[in-house]
Amino acid sequence: MYEFEYVRPKSVAEAAGFLAANGEARLMSGGMTLLPTMKQRLAQASHLVHVGPLGELKSITREGDMLVIGSAATHDQVQGSEVVGAAIPALARLARGIGDPQVRYMGTIGGSIANNDPAADYPAGVLGLGATVVTHLRQIAADDYFQGLFTTALGEGEIVTAVRFPVPRRAGYVKFAHPATGYAMSGVFVADTGSGVRVAVTGAGNGVFRWAEAEAALAKSMSPKALDGLALDASHFSEDIHATREYRAQLCRVMAARAVNELLG
Amino acid sequence: MSRIELTLNGKAVSADVEDRTLLVNFLRDAQQLTGTHVGCDTTQCGACTVLVDGRALKSCTLLAVQVNGAKITTIEGMANGEALHPVQQAFSECHGLQCGYCTPGMVMAVTDLLRRNPKPTEEQILHGLEGNICRCTGYVNIVKSVKRASELMAAG
Repeated sequence: MYEFEYVRPKSVAEAAGFLAANGEARLMSGGMTLLPTMKQRLAQASHLVHVGPLGELKSITREGDMLVIGSAATHDQVQGSEVVGAAIPALARLARGIGDPQVRYMGTIGGSIANNDPAADYPAGVLGLGATVVTHLRQIAADDYFQGLFTTALGEGEIVTAVRFPVPRRAGYVKFAHPATGYAMSGVFVADTGSGVRVAVTGAGNGVFRWAEAEAALAKSMSPKALDGLALDASHFSEDIHATREYRAQLCRVMAARAVNELLG
Repeated sequence: MSRIELTLNGKAVSADVEDRTLLVNFLRDAQQLTGTHVGCDTTQCGACTVLVDGRALKSCTLLAVQVNGAKITTIEGMANGEALHPVQQAFSECHGLQCGYCTPGMVMAVTDLLRRNPKPTEEQILHGLEGNICRCTGYVNIVKSVKRASELMAAG
């Protein structure tokens, strides 16, 4: 790693002030992506501003029909949270499937969605549930937040503080995990919300996206059969030694059907 | 440079470290605790797993400054004199290793797994050890070792 200075702020306000005053400083939450990237010298920073330990970012609460998860809540916290399990069990299962136990102790929801890896799990849950990303400056709807490959609506120095999830009637998430990395080669989150069906796909394309055809089909009939032979534009899908575009598209159909089965219970 | 103070295998340690120093390098190079191994160096293999306040973490993806104030246990801190820790004992009895390179990390991960779930099912053992890779055993004897360790610990 290139040299940097480690900074442990006492509050979000202090972290935000530090980032504003130091253009080359970077925020670290769990460090499970940032540190490996820095070790490979693919990223560098003058300072690492470590907000992961901040108590004010770790709470998980139910506020009426909203589930509010602090940005520094770890995957381990979310998978084991009774509040999450009662409100949105599919989200707890999603967290349980991220990385491995050691990584789940450190990795956080805020870090995951700020990084917006195209194969990460949380973006599918956040977009699929139509959540709102809360930063220290504003609130951003998931539909506006995710903007493709490692790109989000966050501005320079903007800190994600929480994610607000409307509690759906029911939901399901299933991924086909890459056998070596565990990242989704295709992961589909299906939510039956109070205001319609939402289907979000991760792992297949350049970033998480909504699958409009599946949403329409499942709104008519919430059953795996409704997805048979459904159109899915794979032209923007990734293609590599692991899978062709067509194979990824087929995985999406299969994962979506499994997610519907999970949703149906 | 930062000053860190921690409890390492029961002993108070204070040291000056570069902020970019990884915990695994601090343990191996500065503290000469070379039982903690670097396998992949990319957060996948788990050979570098140590206990930080009881929780199994990958020390190749953790800065030494991050664990300031914490209690760290490495494989060197597991046995009590000549008496092996029950997890070590179980790996020995069940031959839960071949080359042994992944074993320190396995022992630390299993210790945390059994702390959280003293009687894990086979499925829970496999899910619980997803962060630790062994290229020799095919995992069969490792799973046996976890079950044996669970018995040994239940027997006290």
